[in-house]
Amino acid sequence: MSCGEHNFREKLTEICREFNNDPNELISILHKAQGEFGFLPQKVQETIANIIKIPSSRIYGVVTFYSYFTMEPKGKYPISICTGTACYVKGAEKVLEAFEEKLNIKNGQTTSDGKFSMSSLRCVGACGLAPVVMVGDKIYGSVNADQVEKILSEYD
Amino acid sequence: MKNKQIKIALKNCGKIDPERIKDYIAVDGYKALGSCLSEKMPGDVIDIIKSSGLRGRGGGGFPTGKKWEIASKFDADQKYVICNADEGDPGAFMDRSILEGDPHSVIEAMTICGYATGATEGYVYIRAEYPLAIKRLLIAIGQAKEVGLLGKNILNSGFDFEIGLKYGAGAFVCGEETALIASMEGKRGNPVNKPPYPVECGYKGKPSNVNNVETFANIPKIINKGASWFSSIGTEGSKGTKVFALAGKVKNVGLVEVPMGTTLRELIFDIGGGIVNGKKFKAAQTGGPSGGCLTEKHLDTRIDYESLKACGSMMGSGGMIVMDEDDCMVAIAEFYLGFTVEESCGKCVPCREGNYVLHEILKKITHGEGTLEDLDKLKNISEVVKATSLCGLGQTSPNPVLSTLSNFYDEYYDHVVNKKCAAKKCRSLLTYSIIEENCIGCLQCKRVCPADAISGELKEKHVIDPEACIKCGACVSKCKFNAIVVE
Repeated sequence: MSCGEHNFREKLTEICREFNNDPNELISILHKAQGEFGFLPQKVQETIANIIKIPSSRIYGVVTFYSYFTMEPKGKYPISICTGTACYVKGAEKVLEAFEEKLNIKNGQTTSDGKFSMSSLRCVGACGLAPVVMVGDKIYGSVNADQVEKILSEYD
Repeated sequence: MKNKQIKIALKNCGKIDPERIKDYIAVDGYKALGSCLSEKMPGDVIDIIKSSGLRGRGGGGFPTGKKWEIASKFDADQKYVICNADEGDPGAFMDRSILEGDPHSVIEAMTICGYATGATEGYVYIRAEYPLAIKRLLIAIGQAKEVGLLGKNILNSGFDFEIGLKYGAGAFVCGEETALIASMEGKRGNPVNKPPYPVECGYKGKPSNVNNVETFANIPKIINKGASWFSSIGTEGSKGTKVFALAGKVKNVGLVEVPMGTTLRELIFDIGGGIVNGKKFKAAQTGGPSGGCLTEKHLDTRIDYESLKACGSMMGSGGMIVMDEDDCMVAIAEFYLGFTVEESCGKCVPCREGNYVLHEILKKITHGEGTLEDLDKLKNISEVVKATSLCGLGQTSPNPVLSTLSNFYDEYYDHVVNKKCAAKKCRSLLTYSIIEENCIGCLQCKRVCPADAISGELKEKHVIDPEACIKCGACVSKCKFNAIVVE
């Protein structure tokens, strides 16, 4: 986290206030906090717990339950590979393997230079374009393993 | 042949600008709400929905009017209308399309539902993975408020209704009503025992009527055109239309809306245009991870809630993944169970442990280590998980196993006894070898092999060492002489 300890608490206080410090709004608070910091490390969870006055164990429980939340920083260019059924039958697994091989990381990991991170997700609702890969917000449709290198080269 | 489609839920999608309320009003938008508030008592609205025969489109198929009636009967200082937009079934995207293409129809329907059931607050629980749908919903809510179609004293009727958004965070189980409500309250999405049902004790402990996006999208049209118009479409027990998301190995992929009772053949071959690359149809998986596989013998079954159940599948949300001869049904079952294991919330033992064991056995089979005894185990454990799980997730998750076992037993048998995968999907069961007469000894395959499993010098016949071969297929794609055979 680049911002100082003080700023960081201030930012979270602001986010929680937006949702009236209401524990019912925890998921919205976490969405906003992750949008701000990129991930939700222990420190962030404890600070939120402190502000909205609930045990930090409850926050940890929620963060680890939902796949959208992450405690690890993502790469500069997060790669999401859809492994929904439509993408699966159209060969998403081969695409996933190609990314693993080219980046030399496993699914779920971040490259050592922090440039790319890989994750698989279940269905982005674009089954007509299967298999689908997202890099950041950019969507690539009908991807095959041979195109992986070219996709990565766009981010050099 | 595409004229077999009748568009009700998708009527406005792609035809109006979803970011302009005037466009929606120009196609009779908010007319149904106006007529409900000015001419009908809440009970009249419920009667119309009841006699239309509309059933929940999210998968369960519970009669919508009946649900509204039950919600209306509970006395409470606050009630809620909840729109379930947590479209988690991989392969289904009709809710996303409706919310992106016609958000006002859902807002109008939720307001009508609020009026009918006595609720003044509504929430759309929507996947965070759908940013465009969220954006358009927020725009639509803002516009409806501006012109007095949402908020205080709607159309001077004295009826107040507000709609807010709640975001999902990537958990399939949150499509289940009670898990969805837990998630709305900022908790882990663990389901609870029913009864009490959410219509009695839901969000914040108050009566909450939960309907799916597609269900809501039907409401304004039913009010405008009448219950008998709606119930004239469809079959005896399933009225109206259903949106299906055709995907997989079919030529025309995308959303189609057809009357209930359309056959699988009409859907896949007439509307879908048949199978890609001239391959042979093998199965259609309906109902997502909770559904089952339909085969050639089901092609002429008229699709509705009951008939799909009778075939061992379910309507589900309407995802339809078409598979061809190159798809291995054991691997498909393994794929679905892998999904279930990841998405099980872990609260009840049968779902948490049972699905895990099912997945392990399926993995064993696709890796060539399965036995005939495993097939019996699969069946027994599946039945126990179905019968004893807490919520709909575990009660349906073994369906892909049971339906592939009963429809494709030969394929399972082939895997465990002959150690063969006819679709050539299960890598461990494949062997790569070189056809001597085709090989010219060009070294291409040897160079590309990451496991150094190919031996032979230039212009000599090459040989693949089956022990060292990791079955990656790299050699096949390099060989220009069709000299490598996979069995």
